[in-house]
Amino acid sequence: MSLRIEDHPLLDFSDKRKKPVKFYFNDREYKGYEGEPIAVALYANGVKKLSESPVKHRSRGLFCAIGKCASCRVVVNGIPNIRACQEPVREGLKVRSSKGLEKLEIKESSPPRISRPEEIETEILIIGAGPAGAIAAIKAADMGAKVLLVDYASRIGGQLIKQTHKFFGWRKYYAGYRGIKIAKILEEEIRKRANIEVWLNSPVVGYYEGNIFAVLKDKRKIVYVKPKKVIIAPGAVERFAIFENNDLPGIMGAGGAQTLMNVWGVKPGERVLVVGSGNVGLIVSYQMAQAGIEVKAIVEALPYIGGYFVHAAKVRRLGIPILTKHTIIRAEGTESVKKAIIAEIDEKWRPIPGTEKEFIVDAIIVAVGMYPDTTLTRMMGITHKFVKELGGFVPLRKRTLETTREGVYIAGDVSCIEEASTALMEGIIAGINAAKSLGYNNPVLENEAQEAIKDLEKFRSGPRYAHIKRALENVII
Amino acid sequence: MSWRERGFVTLEEISEFIPSEEYLRRHPIPIIECVEEIPCTPCYEICPTKAIQMEDLNAIPRLDPEKCTGCLLCAQICPGLAIFPTHFHKEGFARVYIPYEFLPVPKVGDRVQVLNREGKPVGEGTVFFVLQREKSLGDTVLVGVEVPREIAFEARHIRVMNR
Ligand SMILES: Cc1cc2nc3c(=O)[nH]c(=O)nc-3n(C[C@H](O)[C@H](O)[C@H](O)COP(=O)(O)OP(=O)(O)OC[C@H]3O[C@@H](n4cnc5c(N)ncnc54)[C@H](O)[C@@H]3O)c2cc1C
Ligand code: FES
Repeated sequence: MSLRIEDHPLLDFSDKRKKPVKFYFNDREYKGYEGEPIAVALYANGVKKLSESPVKHRSRGLFCAIGKCASCRVVVNGIPNIRACQEPVREGLKVRSSKGLEKLEIKESSPPRISRPEEIETEILIIGAGPAGAIAAIKAADMGAKVLLVDYASRIGGQLIKQTHKFFGWRKYYAGYRGIKIAKILEEEIRKRANIEVWLNSPVVGYYEGNIFAVLKDKRKIVYVKPKKVIIAPGAVERFAIFENNDLPGIMGAGGAQTLMNVWGVKPGERVLVVGSGNVGLIVSYQMAQAGIEVKAIVEALPYIGGYFVHAAKVRRLGIPILTKHTIIRAEGTESVKKAIIAEIDEKWRPIPGTEKEFIVDAIIVAVGMYPDTTLTRMMGITHKFVKELGGFVPLRKRTLETTREGVYIAGDVSCIEEASTALMEGIIAGINAAKSLGYNNPVLENEAQEAIKDLEKFRSGPRYAHIKRALENVII
Repeated sequence: MSWRERGFVTLEEISEFIPSEEYLRRHPIPIIECVEEIPCTPCYEICPTKAIQMEDLNAIPRLDPEKCTGCLLCAQICPGLAIFPTHFHKEGFARVYIPYEFLPVPKVGDRVQVLNREGKPVGEGTVFFVLQREKSLGDTVLVGVEVPREIAFEARHIRVMNR
């Protein structure tokens, strides 16, 4: 049974399904499409278990779908520890499950040659091409600066490339457009500017003394980048929920589910349970319904729905129940998830015996929040503070978004878990200020940065974001 | 229990947002089911006659039915798909415009099952108008359904019947 989405009200996957190929997994033949990741092609064929964990032999499969968790390790044409969510399928490819801790067979005895990576300089390095980094690049370039924009992903847009729904906010910040459309607009604007160089598929993997960033260019070659100024906009990391068997294949975060479904056109399951009723949980439920998936229920531990009312109303009118004061207590299955057991909880969040309910599902999507991705800012020795309302540890910053390290700016979800609109406002502020500190001047743009600071204030002045506005005062230096 | 726990509004909760029958008879008039203060303004920004007002950028949008011309732009742009223009065009029936992002896209003349805010069937209707995505200002299909008057304020989703 195929999990491929054939018809979708908003998306067309035909450009991803141009050339069918045959490949092998554990000696069985499967069909896929050239260019799609191995794990996606196998998932589409209903193969969710890829390998077993080395010690306890627990089933392992696709989890993050973006190359970050290593849950999808397989052996490809004899080479072990390949992430199946990153490696594209090709005609005749031979894939097998990892067995225990696989070793790379080294045929020659001579040590590998190591040479010092190429070193390049740039005026402004921007890490992350989500809404924050992308707009920062545009604005810094318009100020006159030379920008290098790097991103791990293969496309510009960050979270936006998976968001098929229309965004909230103000028209000025693209409200009313679908996330995928905003990503396209930003990409077009970036391509128009000759002073922005873009490296996609290029994660920043390290920071060294002398203000050097190690970038794994095209995921192949380390290049040392020495910038005069840096804007760090890596977004956020998803939290996960703790429950029995939460590691079964078929259980994943909202991000993994959205990559599978909205980027590759493969359903995470036919019948699913969603954990968490924040905006992300509500949106992913709505998107799954659009893909023809039956969403059994959304469970929410709080006594009320976490996300925006309008998002909740959109899923409720489809008949999807939102069970507040409920949590998931267990998943069942061996190779992949088959059942979800939920229960009502008391005021202390303890499951109430006798209230258990069982759902027959083939996927569980967990959307229980995010925290700022401070991997790089911590590595750089920037001062952080734990502020619950902002999502966890966040870098201290000035109103210009410069951190405790001179010349290092932050923007977007790394500064505080919020929205694309605020990520755009912050990107504008960081981009213009970073360029200004290099000596570039442009009164119109500088005014725009001032406006964005005011817009942020206004945006956060309503009841939804007032707590963030208050909490931010603790991290402004 | 309120909409915050339920995820949908009751008629009592939105009674103040339902224009009087005098206006409902004139032309399609938006019923704006946006009860929570969030920073979102496209409906207010797009309204050509300033019939939709907001006190500040986080306020709940309010309609001045006197200024409304029934152009349907607000229903197309609303990111929350929360605006349902309604027209009492003839006795016993109403025309309700529903933002619709599912397949199959209905065709004029289709009979549809009409669902309420909880996704429960409340009756049937006939599609008399379909604004396709490409023509819709907000990239959302807007489907006009003629329904019995009694369910005019209940009709919030549709399902195309055996085509
Ligand atoms: C399901 C969902 C629905 C949402 N809906 C809305 C909505 O309706 N309205 C709204 O305003 N907001 C919404 N948001 C929130 C919004 O998407 C985020 O707030 C916004 O994308 C944050 O922008 P950003 O640029 O900070 O990060 P991101 O968009 O996450 O982009 C970060 C980028 O950095 C890259 N990166 C990270 N680390 C590295 C590294 N070391 N090297 C190179 N690149 C790196 C990543 O690959 C990524 O492309 C939603 C979020 C989700 C998950
Ligand atoms: S690394 Fe492949 S699923 Fe996470």
